[in-house]
Amino acid sequence: MQHEYQYFPITVPGKGAGGQTGTWRFVRPVVNLNKCIGCRACWMFCPEATIHVIDGKVEVDYDYCKGCGICANVCPVKAILMEGEDQ
Amino acid sequence: MLNDTSLMSGTSACPGCPENIAMRMLSMALGKDVALVVIAGCSSVTQGLAPKNAYGYASLNIAFAAGPPAASGMWRAYKRRNRDVTVVVWAGDGGTSDIGFASLSGAAERNEDFIYLCVDNEAYMNTGGHRSGSTPHGALTPTTPEGKSGNKKEIPFIMIDHNIPYVATASVGYPHDFIDKVREAKTIRGFKYVHVLTPDPYGWLFDPSRTAEVAKLAVQTCYWPLFKWKDGRIEVSPESLHCLKKETRRPLKDFLSIQGRFKKIDEKGIEDLERYIDELWERISLNLKR
Repeated sequence: MQHEYQYFPITVPGKGAGGQTGTWRFVRPVVNLNKCIGCRACWMFCPEATIHVIDGKVEVDYDYCKGCGICANVCPVKAILMEGEDQ
Repeated sequence: MLNDTSLMSGTSACPGCPENIAMRMLSMALGKDVALVVIAGCSSVTQGLAPKNAYGYASLNIAFAAGPPAASGMWRAYKRRNRDVTVVVWAGDGGTSDIGFASLSGAAERNEDFIYLCVDNEAYMNTGGHRSGSTPHGALTPTTPEGKSGNKKEIPFIMIDHNIPYVATASVGYPHDFIDKVREAKTIRGFKYVHVLTPDPYGWLFDPSRTAEVAKLAVQTCYWPLFKWKDGRIEVSPESLHCLKKETRRPLKDFLSIQGRFKKIDEKGIEDLERYIDELWERISLNLKR
């Protein structure tokens, strides 16, 4: 594999091609699961594909979430709040 | 559940990148068996560092003007091998309206069978947000510090004049509309052009959390029309139907005041932009499907 890579500029799909992008974050989305209605609006608009809907409830992959806050903005029931990373 | 495997987590894009949203929606529309030709731009960088790649589709990175010719060869090669693969050219607005326009026009004239998807963030965002042909009147960029003087180049109308089978405009703020249009484009043979507006938080100077909101505002204030051109007629999407009458449009200031790039625009500049929008919708209503 090493040998092939040296001669052909070919890449393979994989998570974390830009590094552990979770370290870029300074606010984190926190989901209030009691309020979440599972409408998937946050999943639809997440630019980083870090939101997973499991059994109708939302889970965030904090390893790669960059903390942009689009999910909190599009949530129709305001179930997602952005909290400071140092708290 | 819709397929969204075209984008792996951990890209090199800025937080709140609308091009990543558009890429995920593309895979929701097309599913598997897609080959991408990525023209130089932000999308070449967001794929990250080798040996990994953030895009789940087979993608060929290529120079600005070489995208449509490469895609022409690619779909012919797939056809020769009897493989049903949708070839998509993924280009920014600089690669579409300025640098790559000659080869785009040539491929449209030959009516090659692939989808050309332009993600329009209205400047050369990858190299620092310089003015492109797609930048609107009055917008501040590093190369137009007092605001651009001319209007936005209307690529969808130029492509309509090429008389190709399908032209559509979309916005990342309205995902279902965008996904429907890409799905429809897949069923048509011949050259398909889809132009999607992607508001960039760092070039348009607004908070990254408001990307989807600004994409919706652009449609609600009628700055960005949603329509498709098929069988020689324009069909306006339901989200944009209120724009056909001047009284029912949302005030343009709602869209301008949210962005930092319009902070130097004066009353005359706003009037010029409003006149541009009026002319745009007059042009659309002339070719309307009734």
